[in-house]
Amino acid sequence: MAAVQETIDRVKGIDVDQYRYGFETQIESEKAPKGLSEDTIRFISAKKNEPAWMLEWRLEAYRRWLTMTEPTWARVGYPKIDYQDLYYYSAPKPKKKVASLDEIDPEILKTYEKLGIPLREVELLEGVERPSAAVESEDGEAAAPRTKIAVDAVFDSVSVATTFKEELKKAGVIFMPISEALREHPDLVQKYLGTVVPTTDNYFATLNSAVFSDGSFVYIPPGVRCPMELSTYFRINERNTGQFERTLIIADKGAYVSYLEGCTAPQRDENQLHAAVVELVALDDAEIKYSTVQNWYPGNSEGVGGIYNFVTKRGDCRGANSKISWTQVETGSAITWKYPSCILRGDNSSGEFYSIAISNGFQQVDSGTKMIHLGKNTSSRIISKGIAAGKSQNTYRGLVSAHRKASGARNFTACDSLLIGDQCGAHTVPYIEAKNSSAVFEHEATTSKISEDVLFYCIQRGLSQEEAVGLVVNGFVKDVLQQLPMEFAVEAQKLISISLEGSVG
Amino acid sequence: MTALLEIKGLHAEISGGRKIIQGLDLTVNKGEIHAIMGPNGAGKSTLSYVLAGKPGYEITAGEVYLNGEDLLAMSADERAAKGVFLAFQYPLEIPGVATLTFLRAAFNAQRKARGEEELSSPDLIKRVREIAKTLNIDSEMLKRPLNVGFSGGEKKRNETLQMALLQPSLCVLDETDSGLDIDALKVVANGVNALRSAERGMIVITHYQRLLDYIVPDIVHVFAAGRIVRTGGADLARELEATGYAQYQSEAA
Ligand SMILES: Nc1ncnc2c1ncn2[C@@H]1O[C@H](COP(=O)(O)OP(=O)(O)OP(=O)(O)O)[C@@H](O)[C@H]1O
Ligand SMILES: [Mg+2]
Repeated sequence: MAAVQETIDRVKGIDVDQYRYGFETQIESEKAPKGLSEDTIRFISAKKNEPAWMLEWRLEAYRRWLTMTEPTWARVGYPKIDYQDLYYYSAPKPKKKVASLDEIDPEILKTYEKLGIPLREVELLEGVERPSAAVESEDGEAAAPRTKIAVDAVFDSVSVATTFKEELKKAGVIFMPISEALREHPDLVQKYLGTVVPTTDNYFATLNSAVFSDGSFVYIPPGVRCPMELSTYFRINERNTGQFERTLIIADKGAYVSYLEGCTAPQRDENQLHAAVVELVALDDAEIKYSTVQNWYPGNSEGVGGIYNFVTKRGDCRGANSKISWTQVETGSAITWKYPSCILRGDNSSGEFYSIAISNGFQQVDSGTKMIHLGKNTSSRIISKGIAAGKSQNTYRGLVSAHRKASGARNFTACDSLLIGDQCGAHTVPYIEAKNSSAVFEHEATTSKISEDVLFYCIQRGLSQEEAVGLVVNGFVKDVLQQLPMEFAVEAQKLISISLEGSVG
Repeated sequence: MTALLEIKGLHAEISGGRKIIQGLDLTVNKGEIHAIMGPNGAGKSTLSYVLAGKPGYEITAGEVYLNGEDLLAMSADERAAKGVFLAFQYPLEIPGVATLTFLRAAFNAQRKARGEEELSSPDLIKRVREIAKTLNIDSEMLKRPLNVGFSGGEKKRNETLQMALLQPSLCVLDETDSGLDIDALKVVANGVNALRSAERGMIVITHYQRLLDYIVPDIVHVFAAGRIVRTGGADLARELEATGYAQYQSEAA
């Protein structure tokens, strides 16, 4: 048993103290007074020059939230959150309106640089062409041509740079901070906001509806294929700031868009709350691909600090033949509570959920998806890969349901869990409800321990223990990594190795 | 002659379990090929694991030197970077990791450990393809996940490929002939012979004379009950084929 013991000891040593993104940017910020009240909400709304209906919408959500209680069904434990001890709005003090990258606070730009996520437009504007990344071309998949990415960067609560606006504008695509969209396209926002995740949906989504500060808004007009990948990088900087983004993406009839979201947060002892809402609407024949790489600060090796991530993400396949696909790589946060879901309302619509969730140290992950089959001949596919190390707990929680009228509904679910060491836990909680007898739902689940013999085989060939674990885990999650856009896949691959890195050797 | 590998009075047991290696002495000089033959369960694979540094074994006595350096003090990956290569009796499968990806990771990890420059992917791919060709390994196979669904013979050929790529100084081949058909046996033996050099030493563990017809050893050892009970030239293997191990097993017991 010593062989196993050695790995356990090593994994014990693996901790999350060396969080790569733990640095703080010194910039002046403008905060709302601490605590939550109708006044806080009025402050936020006024700051953003919102239309009156928006303030009413927020206040209604707030009043509703006061009557709700925090959910406890998830397999996560944390001390009670004091909602009055948080700041709900924090904006870098604007010097002036930013029109291009040079006008952005260099401190902020530096932050992005440290993240290893430069605002890629810089290179593109200067005509710098990197050779395409050396991705795994060796297993026969052709490396995708280098794609353009438009970035909407959210620094704490305000979007500081929206790039590629012009080119997108030509295509008729609207991609801007939601606060701006509320002023420039109020009708569009009003028509769709809250139609997928209503203000009454759940405790955290309702809170978000009341206090959301910013986020992205995307509208792709009928028949338009968005000419580039759209991307937002979130970063939580301010101390004690809850971050409440609100993202709304609409693909009109026959439109297509691929959206990437990446997140990091600096290292902090106190826990930071994050409660975002993402709503996707796909009309007839439209397709939305939404990818997330989340590497927020997971807390230190004693389990102190880290982000509490309570997120509501939902896509509505509202039109016939529409398609929504969620891909997520979750490696960060002390607590993850997240279930990107699809409502398959349109006939022949389809939903997909591809997930990699890695937990280490004292991280707690409770994540999964809901596929709600309402229309006829709808189909869904769920591929979930959970990796638990250290003393972490990793739960897949999923619901697949077919409505009475959802004839011909099909689902395939595969949940695989990999355990590293014997102090962590992996749990699979699938709920299946078929109210229509023609539904065909398949569910497969496996749980296995990382094999000592396989690790030794790799190490005998010269890999370090960490490299061996990274390689084996990357193989384990391959099916999901393949779903990510190429540039993201390379980043995600590195991130997976980093998040399992320990103090070995 | 300079000693590549020196094993002196080695005793090893499974942690918290049985004693397997019981007083082993063996010196492999540079340029030599040693064959080790012996009955099932004698501890041959265990010896190969102990040399390679697999966790789970306790060294209770003895010393092992590689080029004069204390091998037992090194971690398993250090040993690999120093040139210890073990062709596994049962090669392992790594789902989702393309064979080429694995080869690149191993090759560059060893280079990095030795402070050498990594090889670019195109150069590495070229090198691998050339070796693969000599071993009749289809380049399609290099894209498949390592050893997953490979036939027994394909796995063994793949071990030979890895060995040829990594150019180790000490090759330990544990029953590399098992599972090979006659033609594949020749191909693999040719691959191994191509690695014969004045700088390299090999330990070839096998049950059959057949392999030794192609890879002709300098020295043959009979290994029984955890130690070497007889040493001879290439003809000792032929003798064993006729007599079997019965005499040695009673001797050792
Ligand atoms: N992890 C283990 N736990 C218990 N016993 C073990 C373990 N590994 C090996 N053994 C035992 O140690 C002895 C030596 O095994 P080893 O695999 O080294 O033999 P071998 O000489 O290679 O045999 P073969 O010719 O069949 O390959 C055997 O009796 C085997 O059952
Ligand atoms: Mg053996």
